[in-house]
Amino acid sequence: MHPALSVILLTTLIGVGQGLFLALYTGQVYSLANLLEHQDSQTFYALGSALSLAFLGAGLVASFFHLGHPERAWRSIARWRTSWLSREVIALPAAMLLVFLYGLVHYLEWTTPLFTVAGALPVDATLIIGALATLATFALFICTGMIYAGIRFLQEWHSALTVINFTLLGGASGFMLAAAFSAFIGVHLVGFYGTWAVILTLSALLTRGASLLRNHRLRPKSTLQSAIGIRHTTIRQIAQGAMGGSFNTREFFHHQSRHMVRMARLVFLVLVFPAPVLLLGAAWGLSSELLPILAFLTQYLGLLIERWYFFIDARHPQNLYYQSIA
Amino acid sequence: MTQLALVIDLNVCVGCHACVTSCKEWNTSGWAGPMTDQRPYDRDPTGTFFNRVQTFEVGQYPNTETVHFPKSCLHCEEPPCVPVCPTGASYKRPEDGIVLVDYDKCIGCKYCSWACPYGAREIDEKQRVMKKCTLCIDRIYDQSLPEAERKPACVLACPTNARLFGDVHDPDSNVSILIREEGGYPLMPEWGTKPANHYLPRRKTRLRIHEDELLRADNPLKKEGQLPAPPSDSQTLDDITSW
Repeated sequence: MHPALSVILLTTLIGVGQGLFLALYTGQVYSLANLLEHQDSQTFYALGSALSLAFLGAGLVASFFHLGHPERAWRSIARWRTSWLSREVIALPAAMLLVFLYGLVHYLEWTTPLFTVAGALPVDATLIIGALATLATFALFICTGMIYAGIRFLQEWHSALTVINFTLLGGASGFMLAAAFSAFIGVHLVGFYGTWAVILTLSALLTRGASLLRNHRLRPKSTLQSAIGIRHTTIRQIAQGAMGGSFNTREFFHHQSRHMVRMARLVFLVLVFPAPVLLLGAAWGLSSELLPILAFLTQYLGLLIERWYFFIDARHPQNLYYQSIA
Repeated sequence: MTQLALVIDLNVCVGCHACVTSCKEWNTSGWAGPMTDQRPYDRDPTGTFFNRVQTFEVGQYPNTETVHFPKSCLHCEEPPCVPVCPTGASYKRPEDGIVLVDYDKCIGCKYCSWACPYGAREIDEKQRVMKKCTLCIDRIYDQSLPEAERKPACVLACPTNARLFGDVHDPDSNVSILIREEGGYPLMPEWGTKPANHYLPRRKTRLRIHEDELLRADNPLKKEGQLPAPPSDSQTLDDITSW
C-alpha cells in the first residue's frame, strides 16, 4: 500500500495524545491510592491535558489532508453502524472533548470530592470525567486499529495484532511523553512514567515482532489464477490497460526498493524499541532532564517510520491485476 | 429480486478496447460530470476509467495463449466496499443490485477502494471523489432510447458480442443460461464477495475422432470375408420384381 503522510501523522499523533492522557489519569489514580505524591491540578494535569489535546488536534488536522472533500467530513459520522472509519470520526472528537473537560475541571480546580466510596475513596469530578475519557481513549484505539484490521483483503492487517500494536505503541509513546513532560516541568514522576513507558515499549516489541513474523509467513489468499479465473501455472501479464499508470498503481503500490524497505524496518526496530529504553535508562542514571525528551522524540521518529512500514508491508490483492504496464 | 450484471466472454474478446473508449465517451459526457484526465496528451497520461482491458499470456512459449481480460466493477452481491463507507455515499441499490457512488456525498477518503479486492474503484483526481462503473444507469432506464439501446455503452460497442447484459437472478435470462451452460465463473471466489458479473471461460472446439470410427472394426464384410456368390440358377431380384 502507498503510505500516505496524512494517515501516518494521524495515527501516530493521536496515539501519543491518547497515551499521554492515559498516563496523566494513571498518575492521578496512583496518587489517589497514595502510591505517588499528589500533583498540582493546574500546572500538571491541566497543562498535560492541553498537551494531549494538542497532539489529538494535530492528528485530527492531519486526517483532513487525506480527504478529497474535507468540507464534507461531517457526513462521515453517518454510517457508524457498519464503518470503523465512521466510528473513529465519532470517537476522536468525543475523546478530545472529554480530555478537554478533564483538563478544564483540573484547571478550574473543581477537585473537592463529590462523594466518598466505602469511606476511603474520595471521588471528584476529574476522576469521573477521567474514567469516561479513558473509555473514549480505548474506544478510539480500537476504532483506529479496526479501520486497518477490519479489511480482510489486506491479510497483513487483518489480525487482532494490529489493534494491539496501535494501542501498545500509542500507550508507550504517550507514557514516554509523560516522562519527558515531567522532566521538563520538573516533577518527580520521570521514574514512574519512564518505568511504564519501558514496560509498554517492551510489550509492544513483543506484539509488533509477532505481527512482523506473522506477515513474513503469510501466504496470499488470492493468486493470479483466481484473479482472472484461468487454471494454468504460468500466467504473465502483458498489458494492464493503461500506459501511464492509474489510481490502482498509485494507491496500492509503494514503489520502494527492497533495500529501502529492509532498512526502514531495521531503523524503526531500533528507534522505537531499544533506543528510547536506553535513553531513559541513561536519564535515570544521569538524572538528566534532557534525555527523557530525547527518548520521546527518538521513539516518535521511529513510530513515523514504523507506520510507514506498516503500509509498505501490506500487499493488496488488486495488485495481481497490475503486475506489468506493457 | 433483480441483479443486473455483465457476462464477459473471454472466448471471443479480442482486446480491441472498444468497450473502454465507449464507456469513457458515454460516462464522461453524462449528467454526473466528466471523468477527468491528467496530462492526456503528455508524458505519463493518466485518468479515470470505469473499465479497463488487460492482457495476459497464459503458458510457456510456444504453447501460449493470449487472454484479453476486461475488468470493471463486478457489482458484488456482498459488496465489501459498501459497509466501510463512512458517509453512505457508496450503496447497493436494492431494486436492481447496482453498486453506486453518490458523488455529492463522497468525501474522497479512498477507504472503499482499499476494501475492493478487484481494484474496481478509481478516484477522480480532479473532482476528488471515488468513481466506478454504474452499469450505465443513465442509459438502461432511459425511456427515450429505443429498447434495444437500453444497455450499457460497453455492451453496445463490443464488436464480438463478448459483453452481455442482463439479470443474473432470473434463471431464464440470456446471461443466466450462459453462466449455467457455458461454465460462467466469478473472480476471486475465495473472498465470498459473490460478484454479480461473471466471466465465460476460453473454450476450444476440437473434433474428437476415434480410430475405430475411421475404420469400422465391426464391419461384417471385413470380419467374415466375401459372401459366397448365389447359385446361377436361383432367382435374382430382377426375376421377381418389376422395379
